[in-house]
Amino acid sequence: MTATLDRPVIDTATVTDDVDRHPVRPSLQLVPSSRREDVEATTSLTPEQIEELGRRLDAIRDRVLAERGESDAAYIRKVISSQRALEIGGRALLFAGVLPPAWIAGTAMLSIAKIMENMEIGHNVMHGQWDWMRDPKIHSSTWEWDNVSLSAEWRNSHNYMHHTYTNVVGKDRDVGYGILRLSEEQKWNPYYLGNPVYNFLLSLFFQWGVALHDLEVEKVVQGQKPLSRVWEQVKSIGRKAAKQFTKDYVVFPALAGPFFLPVLAGNLTANLVRNVWSHAVIFCGHFPTGAVQFTEEQLEGETRGQWYVRQMLGSANLEGGTFFHLMTGQLSFQIEHHLFPDLPSNRYAEVAPEVRELCREYGLEYTTGSLGKQYLQVLRTINRLALPGGKR
Amino acid sequence: MFRVAPLRPGRRLLAAATAMTTPLLPEDFLGLIDPLWSTTQLRGRVVARRRETDRAVSVTIEPGRDWDGHRAGQYVRVGIDVDGVRHWRSYSLSGPQDADHLTITVQAVPDGIVSQKLVRDLPIGTIVQLEQAQGDFVLPDAPSPLLMVTAGSGITPVMGMLRTLDAAGAVPDVVVVHSAPSAEDSIFAAELAAMAERRSGLRVITRHTGEQGRLDLAELDELVPDWRDRDAYVCGPSELLDAAGTHWAATPDRLRVERFTAPARSTGGSGGRVEYGDRAVDVEPGTSLLEAGEAAGVLMPSGCRMGICFGCVLPLRDGQVRDLRTGDVHGEPGDLVQTCISGASGTARLDTP
Ligand SMILES: Cc1cc2nc3c(=O)[nH]c(=O)nc-3n(C[C@H](O)[C@H](O)[C@H](O)COP(=O)(O)OP(=O)(O)OC[C@H]3O[C@@H](n4cnc5c(N)ncnc54)[C@H](O)[C@@H]3O)c2cc1C
Ligand code: FES
Repeated sequence: MTATLDRPVIDTATVTDDVDRHPVRPSLQLVPSSRREDVEATTSLTPEQIEELGRRLDAIRDRVLAERGESDAAYIRKVISSQRALEIGGRALLFAGVLPPAWIAGTAMLSIAKIMENMEIGHNVMHGQWDWMRDPKIHSSTWEWDNVSLSAEWRNSHNYMHHTYTNVVGKDRDVGYGILRLSEEQKWNPYYLGNPVYNFLLSLFFQWGVALHDLEVEKVVQGQKPLSRVWEQVKSIGRKAAKQFTKDYVVFPALAGPFFLPVLAGNLTANLVRNVWSHAVIFCGHFPTGAVQFTEEQLEGETRGQWYVRQMLGSANLEGGTFFHLMTGQLSFQIEHHLFPDLPSNRYAEVAPEVRELCREYGLEYTTGSLGKQYLQVLRTINRLALPGGKR
Repeated sequence: MFRVAPLRPGRRLLAAATAMTTPLLPEDFLGLIDPLWSTTQLRGRVVARRRETDRAVSVTIEPGRDWDGHRAGQYVRVGIDVDGVRHWRSYSLSGPQDADHLTITVQAVPDGIVSQKLVRDLPIGTIVQLEQAQGDFVLPDAPSPLLMVTAGSGITPVMGMLRTLDAAGAVPDVVVVHSAPSAEDSIFAAELAAMAERRSGLRVITRHTGEQGRLDLAELDELVPDWRDRDAYVCGPSELLDAAGTHWAATPDRLRVERFTAPARSTGGSGGRVEYGDRAVDVEPGTSLLEAGEAAGVLMPSGCRMGICFGCVLPLRDGQVRDLRTGDVHGEPGDLVQTCISGASGTARLDTP
């Protein structure tokens, strides 16, 4: 099912001026795009309201841009130096990894360091969130992240494909990563019976899933992309992966000499933890109940205001404390991130209450919940869509 | 900003250590201990500050190991973070040629982003970015009689030369004609006077423009009658340099100048001629650099085409661009601009990939 973007449908009963009642959920009825006439008959945001909403969001953005400065720069530098210190500490402890407490602490520190590097640093730097500092070391065009996927490829598949075509089935390749069935719009076939299994494997090998997702192999099948280009990409991913692999599974274990195995096991675990965690956070950002999917025809002639609405409806937030937000790379503020993908990540928490209030005012769903709850919803969807006729 | 240094033995070890730090470099971790250990980015640490006048300070910087030293009269590009944003400016080296540390002397200009920061608020220990010294405003190996005409902060490169000559114990026949608004505003006044006392070859003529008015170069006939027989070094405001060009029109080889003010920038307006690598394109007002480049057949990188993905950034070489969203004109050489949301604002030059 799909909501029509140009006319998000509001259940009149839930839209109220009473501030204490939160008419947030389930204020949005999902209406099949074929029933546009019905949509018009229902209370909906007028095009003027949508553009006004867009202007108010632009104002939030402009304000943060104007305020950006020293303290934001200090924030990212501190995150980067803490991440590096954690990584050194974790690897050092793992050298004493024959002692179980040292192994556990070392592995935990390394896992956290790897998560921070990919989420709060890599992802956000590559979005250009810190380009304004003009520090070539912290710049979207120079950053290479600690992950097998190449940052240059990822900037295209993520920053461009995913952020431009958020939740547009057939356009946004994050819907299913080319492997899973995550939308009813994806035609069922027997391959999808394995949906839960594929998802489990994807979560274990998520960094590989992301790297291979960048290849867009299905475009070769459709004749839109030459095989030679894929081969080039495979070679560069291979080169990078070899380095990553050598670091974690050869050099560091070898340096530990007789304690080769604990170090190897620690590094393997840390990579696994990072993969499972980032998979969980990312899937909870777009696929829990409440996050809306769109069709390609809804993209046509989309205005800035409509684009904003699509970003809000297609994303979902996670609730938690400061450390939790840091570990998600502030993707716990997925809605704010999708509205303002290039604002410094440390600002999302600050603008979130305003965005939420705007959603309330315009009667738009602001999907949010705990990681556990949202993850269960995602798993349920994946299980349901494994079967023909399954609903999200 | 990036340089390639020859491999010293320690470097080989570091190069081997990249297997442990990939995709980063060992220095990214060593930098936690000392940022000056970088081998890809020359940096320096502020180790001393000395107030010269109300508006000017000398800042002494300990450079990283890759600093190649400088010749007296040269300048260095310094990258300073102001409100979290890195700005690069040039400053002449006012210290003697073979000093371990480098010294710049900065005079605050009204509303100046970097000079105000340097003069008012640059704590000891601050890390700054550096490039190697450059510039050919330097003394020949065997100087003939010299004439230095300076004004305001234009004294700094000349001071570097005088200190170098003084340290070598060989001050030749030098006349310095320096202009400053008042005695209090005259940078290095006491040191210059003391040096002139000590070195018989040095004569310093000071002009306080607040009382005596601006120096007219025609006055040189009286102040330094043999000015034509001297190698002249002139550094100061644009008007002074322009006047010097005219004054030495007959013997341009005798004149060297150092210009402190940035080359003229485009002053707004809309549209303009933009060079993309080696192709020039006329960009209409309101058209993005991306659209204009593509229309002209330039192979442009792009992505979302709406300012989100940074798939379209190109380095600006010259000129400035207009942010089509805000109308702001911005940009400095080396800045990466998002071509999809930037328009032309006069002439500019972009590097193509
Ligand atoms: C080769 C070279 C050597 C230099 N050496 C020195 C030096 O030894 N000591 C020193 O103090 N400066 C020196 N400068 C000038 C310096 O690089 C900066 O331009 C100056 O400090 C102003 O920078 P800002 O960021 O404070 O001002 P900005 O924020 O860049 O400019 C603010 C305003 O001041 C004007 N302005 C810029 N520069 C000057 C200037 N020099 N005089 C008057 N107005 C100006 C601008 O047009 C603008 O309107 C040198 C410049 C060059 C090119
Ligand atoms: S193409 Fe996306 S920012 Fe320019």
